[in-house]
This record gives sequence, C-alpha cells and structure tokens, in this order.
Amino acid sequence: MTVDFIYNFLNDLLPGFLGNDLLLILAMLLPFFALFGFITIYGFGVIYAELKVSSFIQDKTGPMGQGYGFHAGKWGLLQPVADGLHLFFKEDIIPATADRPLFILAPFLIFIGMFVGIIAIPFGEAIIISDMNIGIFYILGIGSLAVIALILAGWSSNNKWALYGGMRSAAQIISYEIPAGLSLIVVILLASSLSMQEIISYQSGGIFNWIIFDNPFMPIAFIIFFISALAETNRTPFDLPESESELVAGFVTEYSGARYAFFFLSEYVNMFVISAVAATAFLGGWQSPFPNFLNTPAWSVFWMISKAFFLVFVMIWVRWTVPRLRVDQLMHLCWKVFIPIGLFNIFGVSIWTVLRG
Amino acid sequence: MPVAEIVFWLVAAFTIISASFVVLNNQLLYSAIALLFSLFGVAGLYIFLWADFIAGIQLIVYIGGINVLIIFGIMLTNKISSVRLSQTNVQQGVGAVIALWLMILISLVISKTPWLQIESSEPSETVSVIGTLLLSKYLLPFEAISLLLLGALIGAALLSREAT
Repeated sequence: MTVDFIYNFLNDLLPGFLGNDLLLILAMLLPFFALFGFITIYGFGVIYAELKVSSFIQDKTGPMGQGYGFHAGKWGLLQPVADGLHLFFKEDIIPATADRPLFILAPFLIFIGMFVGIIAIPFGEAIIISDMNIGIFYILGIGSLAVIALILAGWSSNNKWALYGGMRSAAQIISYEIPAGLSLIVVILLASSLSMQEIISYQSGGIFNWIIFDNPFMPIAFIIFFISALAETNRTPFDLPESESELVAGFVTEYSGARYAFFFLSEYVNMFVISAVAATAFLGGWQSPFPNFLNTPAWSVFWMISKAFFLVFVMIWVRWTVPRLRVDQLMHLCWKVFIPIGLFNIFGVSIWTVLRG
Repeated sequence: MPVAEIVFWLVAAFTIISASFVVLNNQLLYSAIALLFSLFGVAGLYIFLWADFIAGIQLIVYIGGINVLIIFGIMLTNKISSVRLSQTNVQQGVGAVIALWLMILISLVISKTPWLQIESSEPSETVSVIGTLLLSKYLLPFEAISLLLLGALIGAALLSREAT
C-alpha cells in the first residue's frame, strides 16, 4: 500500500478533480488513518488478551459480563472499551511542582516514537506504507525517541520514584539496544540489505528458508533479539522501571487519565512493532510457511499479523509467568551474557556465509 | 510549489526555530530538549539529500546517544537544572558587529561559489555503496576510528572504576 499506489488509484478515481499536490497529501494521509484505526483495534484486542491470558494463567476467569445493561459484554469483551473510556474521562492531574511543558510533552513524544515505527513494517508484497532502504535501521533509530520520553516523564514529574523509574528505563533501554542490534546485524549480514522487503524476499519459499532456520546460529540470535526486545518494552520480567513493589509505578507515577493512557498504549504498540520486526527478520515476514500455499496479498496480511500476534502473545505469556529480575541481574544478563554471545554469533555467521559461498 | 518543496521549507524552519530555541532559552534542560528537535530536523534534511543512512545514524547516534547523555548529565548534576543562564552578553555592540560581518562574509562566499549542481534523482541503492567504500577505499580511517573508540571505551571504564 505504498503512497504511489494510492496516489495512482485516487488519480484514476478522481481524474483532475483535485490538484495533484492535494491528491498526494491525501494519498499520504490515508495510510495514516488506516494505521490509526489498526492501532485502536489492536489496542482493544491486546488489552483484552492481556486481561484474559493473565487470568487463565492465574486460574481465574478474568473479565466476564453477565446479563443485560451496562456490563462488560459477552465474555467481558467490552472490558477494554470500558477501561479506555474510564481513562479518558478521568481527571487529568498535573502536579503543581511538575515541570509543566515537559510533563505534557513526554506522553506525546513516546507515542510518536512508537507510532512512526509502524510505517516501515511490511504487511505484504505491496502493503507497506514506506519501503525504505534502511527500514530495519529506521525502526531501531526511531525507538531511541522513547528513551528521551521516558527520562523526561520521570524527571518532569518531580517525584523521586518517577525519577528512579525514568533513569532505570533509560539505562535499561540503552543497554538492551546493543544486543538487539547485534542480533539484527546477523540478519542483515545474511539478507545483505537493510530494507524490510528485501529481508523478507530473502526468506521466500517455505518455513525452512526462514532466517531462523538458516544456520545453527540463527535461533540463538532470535532468542537474544526477542529477550532484548522484551527488555526494551519495559515489561515483566524486565519491568524494573515501573516495579510496583519498590517504585509505586515508576515513571508513570504522577500521570493519570488520558496521559497515562498514552504511555499504556505506546507500550502495547511497541510490543507490536518489536514483534513485527522479529517476525520480519527471523520468521519470514508476510510469507506463508508453505511454498505456493495461501500466498495471495490478503493472506500475506494474515500471515504477518498472525506471526506478530503470536509473538505478542508470547510476551504476555512471559509476563505472567516469570518473576522480575534485579537490577544487577538485568545488567549482568545484558553485558556479560548477551553481548558476548551476540558478538560470537556475528563471527560465526560471517564464517558460515563465507564457507557456504 | 510542489509538496516536497513545502515539506523541505517546513523541515528547515523547524530545524532553525528549535536551534534558536537551544541558544535563546535560559533553562539548560529545555535547551537540551530543543536540541533533540533540532537534530531531528537535521535528520529530515539528510533525507532530502537522499542520504537516508546518514539520517538513520543521526537518529541513533545523536538523538539516542549524545542527546540522552546530555540530558543525563544535566539531570544528574546537582542543582544545575534549576540554574537560569543569562542569555545576554556584556559586549553586545562588538558582538553584533562581528556577527554581521561574519554573516556578510558567509553570504558572499555562498553567492560566489560555483556550486556543483547534480540532478535530484533517487539513487537505487544508498546503503551498500557506503559499506563497500568503508571496507575498501576508507578501510584504514575506518579501522583507526574503531581503535580510537575502543581506546575511549577502555579509558572510560578505567576512569569510572574505583581505585583499589
């Protein structure tokens, strides 16, 4: 769904009706509206999934609506809608001692950082908003906006817990960007391109051509990437920045209402972006697991979304299963385990590529 | 005016406005945040030059690295974030004259230079050329820089270690 395609489509549909420039702007805005709709629906879906999966793991029923009237719908399906409305109608509190402009800026910054990452994610051969030459690199780079947003949120709240949370999250995200980057370098090495579409076309032709099964080093790279990505989303077992038992709620302590919802939503959007990157880089992206089977454009959207959603599900699953790490364990895991293994991986894959020719 | 040109002027204005905010603002942390937006605008300008890889580097190194370091430095330095900096200088008259003279000089140079005009067509490949050049023609500088960075890394680790 590149902009050019929409532009040509609109041009055929309304020839000479609008100016060319206006049409181009419209063609650029349309995918963004589609994306916004997707994120909204995804947000409701993933919050419901989180509630239900966590409940099943803890042997509860989770949200259940009974009878008629203002209940949470059948099987509690309307619970995320209720939660969303609840957050948006809550009073918006800005602490008197907070740094007001930065306090307001931080949620927007983190949401923009997460949102613009999606435009480089391919959902099919032609269904990508922008097929950049540097797609995978761009997503990594734009993610660094989140670090600044989290520090700002922590600092501007003027609250010691929030500051601790912000500092912890920044240290954590910056540290874990390195092993995530190292394991993506291996993928780039194999596909010899930074473009998301070319990485996917390298993996065409069934499940055994996927990069994760390309050579014995790749499953290790995938696991390192996925765990590092999990750490970058600040979710359990890596939720030290917002660990309730020590920091109240970390950098979101002073946030309430719609601003809190922005942080909340951007965490889930980030989960999706990272899962989609993992699916693209290691699991064949929008390609079907079987060659020449269900490979039409509509199915490619299905494959991409189901692969990404499976990884999102694994993230939820991990969150409700594994206890939180300590700060020293977190840093030990990153610097003394993942980075040496990641460097070894690059070395191994380079030799493998040279030997195989 | 084509859309691309409008976007270019918007990005340029965004960069310059946030850059002037960096200089004119008297709160250190706000300057650092404005620097973030300015660097972001510069990344946008790189994209107009078909240098998308440099733009990505700009995002990762300058925004994700250096700007975060600056903000960290400001926040961790005791009470520096509440210091109001004076933005006016004692020697305003002389400064203005020198600045004006520099501006005239630079605009003269810009107008006199025979600029190399290349056609603005999209190159098919922007990244792999950089990689090839780095590992062939510019291999020695590349290796020298990596040695320098390694030295800086070890030095930083050594300095931050407590003497035992």
